[in-house]
Amino acid sequence: MIPRLVLGTLSLAVLAALSWAVLSLPAQPPGLTAEALGKLPESGVTNPVTAVLLNYRGHDTLLEVAVLLLAITGVWSLRQGEFPAADLRERPLLMSLLRVLLPVLVLTAGYLLWIGAFAPGGAFQGGAVAGGALVLGILGGLAGRWMRRESLLRLGLALGVLVFASVCAVTKALTGGLLQYPPGQGGVWILLIEAAALASIGLTLGLLYVGGRPPAGPAEPGEKEPDGHG
Amino acid sequence: MVETGFTVYLLAGAGVFIIGFHALLAQAHLLRRIMALNVMGSGVFMVFIALSARTAGEAPDPVPHAMVLTGIVVSVCATGLALALADRLQSVTGATELEGGPAPGPNAGSGGEESHP
Repeated sequence: MIPRLVLGTLSLAVLAALSWAVLSLPAQPPGLTAEALGKLPESGVTNPVTAVLLNYRGHDTLLEVAVLLLAITGVWSLRQGEFPAADLRERPLLMSLLRVLLPVLVLTAGYLLWIGAFAPGGAFQGGAVAGGALVLGILGGLAGRWMRRESLLRLGLALGVLVFASVCAVTKALTGGLLQYPPGQGGVWILLIEAAALASIGLTLGLLYVGGRPPAGPAEPGEKEPDGHG
Repeated sequence: MVETGFTVYLLAGAGVFIIGFHALLAQAHLLRRIMALNVMGSGVFMVFIALSARTAGEAPDPVPHAMVLTGIVVSVCATGLALALADRLQSVTGATELEGGPAPGPNAGSGGEESHP
């Protein structure tokens, strides 16, 4: 290991360098606020952060959604997940909490997705809430049967990237530019991408909590149940 | 007065980053190192948000906001992958530290945590 004194000196030196760096930044940088707000009427949404995420810098967000898919792929290739056994009779309090909380969380995720067009919110915030709901569901042992339907999970995890890339292809064909939405239609395309991204983000975050691929069980059980993300 | 507020946030962001930086080098246990990386990331996000509030104009700059927003989710996923890798390392070799630290030995799986109070 590095000696304590060297480590402390090094940390202080880096702190001094960083402090100098942040203090020497211009006090009133022009930034991109004017450009971002100036083009806002054409972007299809009125929330500038959503416009940056899914219109001006859409490629960046596409790659970030792909990073989430890569992360869960890596986790699945390393470990097998552990699911708590589904015995809710021993945990009546948890069940009565989940009965109220899960619908509220799903509703909140959808609400955040919708208001992202004009207020703080969007796929990432909604996806985080949906991921939390999925973690609660897994802890309550409610997700055990879904977890055995691995092909469905794979589809859900990849949905964000698939829809995003398809929108890239379609907009390329329509307007000649990748993610250059047809005039006046930006909002619809953005909502479509965000809905798919929310499902994938929520599923990714929830399944990361499990920490591995679904357990090998009876593949694709016959029982029918309503499909959906977290 | 307003300028002082920004300076405090910028320096605090650098400070949070350094706390993580120091822990990343000082701690050998992988779990602590992963936590240290997260602390460093929080410092970077803090600087970004402070900078976006300081740009010219009335509204804060949305571009750093969007970067931090996606950055948070990406860092959570990176943490998940790092934890899976650390767990894999432990289950294969029994080590909770990377090579080059104090010799892990066969009992490192249970004893690694106590050796760094």
